[in-house]
Amino acid sequence: MKLKEKIIEIVLQFFASITILTTVGIIAVLLFESITFFKSVSIIDFFTDTKWTPLYSNQHFGILALVSGTVLTSTIAISIALPIGLTIAIYLNMYASKTFRKTLKPFLEILAAIPTVVYGFFALSVVTPFLQKIYPGLETFNSLSAGIVMGIMIIPFVSSLSEDALSAVPKSLKEAAFGMGSTKFQTSFRVMVPAASSGITVSVILAISRAIGETMIVAIAAGQQATFTFNPMVPIQTITSYIVQVSMGDAPQGSIEYKTIFAAGLTLFVFTFLLNSFSFYIKKKYQEKYE
Amino acid sequence: MNNSQKNKLIDTSFKTIGLLFTYFGIAILAILLYKIVHAGYTRINWEFLTSLPSRKPEKAGIYTAIIGTLDLMVLTIIIAIPIGVGAGIYLEEYTKKTKLSLLLEINIANLAGVPSIIYGLLGLGIFVRFFNLGESILSGALTLSLLILPIIIVATREAIKAVPSSLKEASFALGASKWQTIQKVILPSSFGGILTGIILAMSRAIGETAPLIVVGAMAYVPFIPHSLFDSFSVLPMQIFTWTTRPQAGFAIAASAAIIILLILTFAMNGIAVYFRNRWQNKLGK
Repeated sequence: MKLKEKIIEIVLQFFASITILTTVGIIAVLLFESITFFKSVSIIDFFTDTKWTPLYSNQHFGILALVSGTVLTSTIAISIALPIGLTIAIYLNMYASKTFRKTLKPFLEILAAIPTVVYGFFALSVVTPFLQKIYPGLETFNSLSAGIVMGIMIIPFVSSLSEDALSAVPKSLKEAAFGMGSTKFQTSFRVMVPAASSGITVSVILAISRAIGETMIVAIAAGQQATFTFNPMVPIQTITSYIVQVSMGDAPQGSIEYKTIFAAGLTLFVFTFLLNSFSFYIKKKYQEKYE
Repeated sequence: MNNSQKNKLIDTSFKTIGLLFTYFGIAILAILLYKIVHAGYTRINWEFLTSLPSRKPEKAGIYTAIIGTLDLMVLTIIIAIPIGVGAGIYLEEYTKKTKLSLLLEINIANLAGVPSIIYGLLGLGIFVRFFNLGESILSGALTLSLLILPIIIVATREAIKAVPSSLKEASFALGASKWQTIQKVILPSSFGGILTGIILAMSRAIGETAPLIVVGAMAYVPFIPHSLFDSFSVLPMQIFTWTTRPQAGFAIAASAAIIILLILTFAMNGIAVYFRNRWQNKLGK
């Protein structure tokens, strides 16, 4: 009996440790392939060159060309998702009736449940043609359309996390503001949003992290041209869509093309890891504040 | 206009904007669904579901992709459920508040935020190459399992936390061992919550494309997988391949395949919500 209990505990412990092994595995795989990559490519060129052409005969390995694409699409996405998502969160928390909130939330959840490949198709076949009517110079593949659709995808993410943060603000603060004769708008922006600022910050950081790791929308709608540009009208390539491009082809294992996806992946991982850790740190600090 | 009127005006304007933005989200959802259904519904018939992919868009079907998706989901469930639920139980019932448990917690939170394509690189490095499983359906399932583990673990922990401690204490008072208590008391009463988490994790997994591209899901597979080591395709992969083709006929086929994928995704989400509500009502009683 005692033995059985002990064995079960060890098995469960092993299952839990798989999560640690996963992290170790990610770091090991990315580092291992990247180290051999940096034996043939100078790390200074990697960070300063603005051309990324590993698949051409004249090879350049400047990650900035991919980073600029990633920053561009993410910036467009966040500038859509943040104002809209936050406004929805405040509206649902402060203005909407309980029944309205209850009926609306599942619809927003559906937006978050749609697979990203579907959003990519939507961006390419619906949003880009629509935008081309407004901006005739817009190319078939561009970061504007991909960024906008990515932003729409992230709206429910920002709105639901921010709404959680607003709900966690003690009622007394809200009531005190109303008691002083404040309107809902004044209460929202002078009391609720500042009080929930850490939770809202967490939602924004996680949204940024989502945007830079998003793959299928950009792979389908933003093109496959790694160009160091901040022009939203032309084709670009992000870190993620480059990894897709190489994976769809057949780069032989051990070749420099094969190794580039791990170096690119490591860059992406470092970005998202820093953002996620930062948000976790803020979240821990903020939990202490009200608990 | 005095100050109070001005404030009132700002307040009403913001309320209107809030309402508009909320409806904007819903409107986009409606447009997306309308455009896709409108473009694709004519292609959906028995032939589409049972034909192999083809170079000719009007003949192409999703048979291998849909069977690949179902096989992959079954494999992923088999791998991810015991590990995810087991790890959740361990973290909730066995660990004490130590530095180690904090580390595990931070680690899981971080894993949940790792982009899915990074899991693809992990799968490529570990399963495809290191364990030499090849670009097989097994490599795909193992990769997806790791991807959804954080979701299942978090859901399991939340569900176990919601079990009243009186139930647990009663079981211990009757002389039950720890595992007996988990097996006979904790798991049955947290079952609804765990199930909800598992179904939501599956609905996430069924739409995943990027990590499977990296571990080598095929753009074109003329056969359905017969063993764990066969190459495979999945529905999202098929959609992606079709969207990259220039012929208009493939856009229609992609729309039709998206309809099928969305039906599967929404059905799973619906079932998850149903179980969540039922479970929450049961707990409330």
